[in-house]
Amino acid sequence: MAHAATHDEHHDEHHEHQNFFQRWVMSTNHKDIGTLYLVFSLLMFFIGGSFAMVIRAELFKPGLQLVQPYFFNEMTTMHALVMIFGAVMPAFVGLGNWMIPMMVGAPDMALPRMNNLSFWILPFAFALMLSTLFLPGGGPAGGWTMYPPLSLQSASTAYVVFAIHLMGISSIMGAINIIATILNMRAPGMDLLKMPVFVWSWLITAFLLIAVMPVLAGAVTMLLTDKYFSTHFFDAAGGGDPVLFQHVFWFFGHPEVYIMILPAFGIISEIIPTFARKPIFGYKAMVFAIASIAFLSFIVWAHHMFAVGLPLGAEIFFMYATMLIAVPTGVKVFNWVATMWGGSMTFETPMLFAIAFVILFTIGGFSGLMLALVPADFQYHDTYFVVAHFHYVLVTGAIFAIMAATYYWIPKWTGNMYSEFWGKVHFWNSVVWVNVLFFPQHFLGLAGMPRRIPDYNVAFANFNMISSIGGFLFGASQLIFLSVIIHCVWFSKKKATDRVWEGARGLEWTLSSPPPHHSFTIAPVIHDEELAHGHVED
Amino acid sequence: MTVGGIGKHGIRFRGSQHFRHVIGAMSVAASSLFASSVLANPQPGQLNLTPGVTTYSDVPYMLNNVALGVCVVIGILVFGAMFIAMFRFRKSRGAVPEKWSHNTTVEIIWTAIPVVILVSLAWLATDGLRKFSDTTGAQMTVKVTGYQWKWRYDYVDYLGKPVSHVGFMSKLDDRSNATRQLDSGLDPYAVKVGDENTYLLDVDHPLVVPVDTKIRFVITADDVIHSWFVPALGWKMDAIPGVVNATWTNIKVPGVYRGQCAELCGQDHGFMPIVVKAVSKEDFVKWLADQQKPATPAPASTAAAPAQATAQVATKQNNQG
Repeated sequence: MAHAATHDEHHDEHHEHQNFFQRWVMSTNHKDIGTLYLVFSLLMFFIGGSFAMVIRAELFKPGLQLVQPYFFNEMTTMHALVMIFGAVMPAFVGLGNWMIPMMVGAPDMALPRMNNLSFWILPFAFALMLSTLFLPGGGPAGGWTMYPPLSLQSASTAYVVFAIHLMGISSIMGAINIIATILNMRAPGMDLLKMPVFVWSWLITAFLLIAVMPVLAGAVTMLLTDKYFSTHFFDAAGGGDPVLFQHVFWFFGHPEVYIMILPAFGIISEIIPTFARKPIFGYKAMVFAIASIAFLSFIVWAHHMFAVGLPLGAEIFFMYATMLIAVPTGVKVFNWVATMWGGSMTFETPMLFAIAFVILFTIGGFSGLMLALVPADFQYHDTYFVVAHFHYVLVTGAIFAIMAATYYWIPKWTGNMYSEFWGKVHFWNSVVWVNVLFFPQHFLGLAGMPRRIPDYNVAFANFNMISSIGGFLFGASQLIFLSVIIHCVWFSKKKATDRVWEGARGLEWTLSSPPPHHSFTIAPVIHDEELAHGHVED
Repeated sequence: MTVGGIGKHGIRFRGSQHFRHVIGAMSVAASSLFASSVLANPQPGQLNLTPGVTTYSDVPYMLNNVALGVCVVIGILVFGAMFIAMFRFRKSRGAVPEKWSHNTTVEIIWTAIPVVILVSLAWLATDGLRKFSDTTGAQMTVKVTGYQWKWRYDYVDYLGKPVSHVGFMSKLDDRSNATRQLDSGLDPYAVKVGDENTYLLDVDHPLVVPVDTKIRFVITADDVIHSWFVPALGWKMDAIPGVVNATWTNIKVPGVYRGQCAELCGQDHGFMPIVVKAVSKEDFVKWLADQQKPATPAPASTAAAPAQATAQVATKQNNQG
C-alpha cells in the first residue's frame, strides 16, 4: 500500500533486524543519510541562530549591557562558521542526498558507505569547534574569515583548524559521491540535458566543492603552522604576507558563496514550474547560467579585498569580472519570472518561499552589484551595508530556498501533509521580520557603521533597535517552522498523495509517498512529459 | 551664519550639501564650520551615503546614487512583471497554463540590455577609480599606523619640507571609554561635544590637517590588520603590518570628521575611532609649529626631496617593526 507509514515500508523490506543504532548510525541508505543531514542542519540552524540572538540583543541599544566585546566577537565568528558549514551546506547536501537518486532514477548514491562517513564526520567536527566556547581562552574571535595575524592571537586556532579540516573532508567526500551518482547512476534515457535543474545545480556545485575545499584546507593549515611551527607564511617580519592569506582564503571563499546559492537556484527552478503549472522557461539557459556563474566565481575573489591596497589594474579586473556575474544571474531571475508568466499559479507555502526568494535574493544581488563598483565599495566595505547584502543573499536566498524545499518535499519524505495554515503563518512571519531585521542594516552601513562592533554611536541607535526587534521575531518565527515539521512527521493525519502537488513533474513524484526505503531498484522508464522542464527542443 | 543651526536636522539638508560646501569653504567663522562637519558625520536616521567633504568624496556618493537608481528601476520592472504575473495568471482566476518554455529573441534581449547597463556603470566606476588611485602631487604626507587599539599619526612632510618629531598616539576619549564599559551605568547619550553626540567617535588627540591641501596618507599597522575609515573622506584603506598602503585626500571644508576602524582587529575593534580635524592652512602652520616647539627648537630648513620623506617612512617602519 502506497500510503503506509514509513516504518511499515521498512518492514516490507529487509530492515526488520535494524535497531535504532543500526538504522541511523550505520546507515548506508541515501534517504536516511539525507534525513540525518537535514536534522543536523536544523540543529545547527538553531545553535547558530541563538548566537545571532546574542549579537542582536547586545546591539539593541548603545552601551554594553550583556556581553564583553571579546565574547561578542566569538559570537559573530561562531555564528558565521556554524551557519555556513553547519546549517546551509549540510542542508543542501541532505536535500541532494534525498532527492538526487530519486530524481535521476538511481537506487541509491554511488558510494553509500562513504556517504555514511561524510555525514558522521560532521557531528565530531562541530563538537570540536563548539567545545572551544567552553575551554580556557575561549572560542575563535577573529571572524569566520580568520585573517591573520588576528586569528593567530586566538587560543583556539588548532581546534578550529582541525574542525575545518574535518568539515572539508566531509564536503569533498559528499561532492565526490554526488558527482559519481549523477554521472554514473542515471536511469537509461535520463540524459544530462533531461536532468532536473536541481540535479544540474548540484553537479556543478560538487565540482566547485572539490576545487576549493582543499584550498581552504591549505590556507588554514598554513595558519596552523604559522602559529605552532613559526613558518611565517603570513608574517611580514619573517618574509611572509598577511594579504597572501586573504587571496588564498577568498579563492576558496568566493566559490564557497556560490556553493551556498547554486543548489538554491536549483530548488527554485523546481518549485516555480510546479506551482505555475508550466515548464521552466529556458531550461538550457538556466543550466548554462549556473555553469557560467560557477566559472566566474573563480575569478572574482579579490572583490572581497578592494581595500587592502590592490594595484589599479587588479581592482579594475576584479570589478569587471564581478559585474559580469550580474548577466547570468539576471538571466536566471528573468527566466523565473517568464516561467510564472502565462502559468496557472497557486500559492502554497513552497511557492510563497520561492517567490520571496526571487524578490529578496534579487535585492541582495542589487547591493552586490553596488558593492562591485570599487569607489563605492571603499565606502561600503566592512560596514553594515555588506552585512545586509550577504544576509539578503544567504538568509532570504539560501535559507528561504531550503525552507521552500522542505515544504515542497516533506510530504514526499514523510507521506504526510504539513499544515498549510501554519506553513503560511511561518512564511509571512519570516518574510516580514527578515526584512525588518536586515533592511535597516543597509542604512546603518551607508551612514558608516562598521561591521563586527559590539557597541556604537547613538546616531546608529534607531535602526539597530529596529533591526534587533526584527531579529528576535524572525528567530522566534523559526520555532513555528520547527513545530510544523514535528507536526508533519509525527502527528499529521492528512496523508500525501504520490504526486503531492498537481503540477509536480519529475521521477520523484512517480514514487509512493513516502517512497519505499529502496526506490528505483529497477531503473524506471523515462517519459519526457514526466520531466519538470517538459520537452527540450532544439 | 545661517548654516549654524542646521546641525540637528541631518538628512533633510543632504540635498543642499553643495550649497553648504560653498558657504563652508568661503567662511572662516568657527560656528559655521562646526555645523558642516557635524553633517558630514553619521546622523540619526541617515538613509544614504554622505557626499563627504573632499575633492574626491562625491565620486563614491554619485556612483552610489546612480547604481541605486539603476537597481531601483530594474527592480520595479522585474518585480512589477512578477506581480502582474501573480495577479493575472492565477489558477483561481481560471488561468490555463501556456505550453511554451522558450523564446530566443527575448532571451537575447535580456542578456544584452544588462550588458549595456553594466558597461556604463563600469565606465563611471573606472573613471572614479583612476581619480582615487592617483596619489601623485601631494603637498603633505601623514603616516598612519594602526595598533591594538589606537592609531598613531606621524607627520612626515609638509609643502616639500620634512617635518620632524610631530607624531602622537590617538585613542578613544576617556568619557566614551568609561561609558562603554560593560554595565558602566553611564549614558551613551550624555557623551557630547557641543550639540554633537561623540560616544565612541571621539579621541584624545585628533589628526589635525589643513584644508585645500592634497594630503598623502601612508597607512600601515604594527600588530594586526586595521582599516582607516572616515566616511566624510569617501574611502577606507586597510592598515596591514608589513605593508605600506598609500592613498590621499584633499579636504575642502574645515571641520571635525569622525570615523572608526573598519577591519576586525580584536576585542576593542569597536573602540578605536578616528577623528580628523581639518583647519585652515594658517591655523595648521601655527599648530604644527606648536607641536614642534617642546621637542625641537625649529624644523630643519634644508630642502627635502619627496624621496627623502619616503625613506623616512621606511625607516620608521623598520624601527617599529
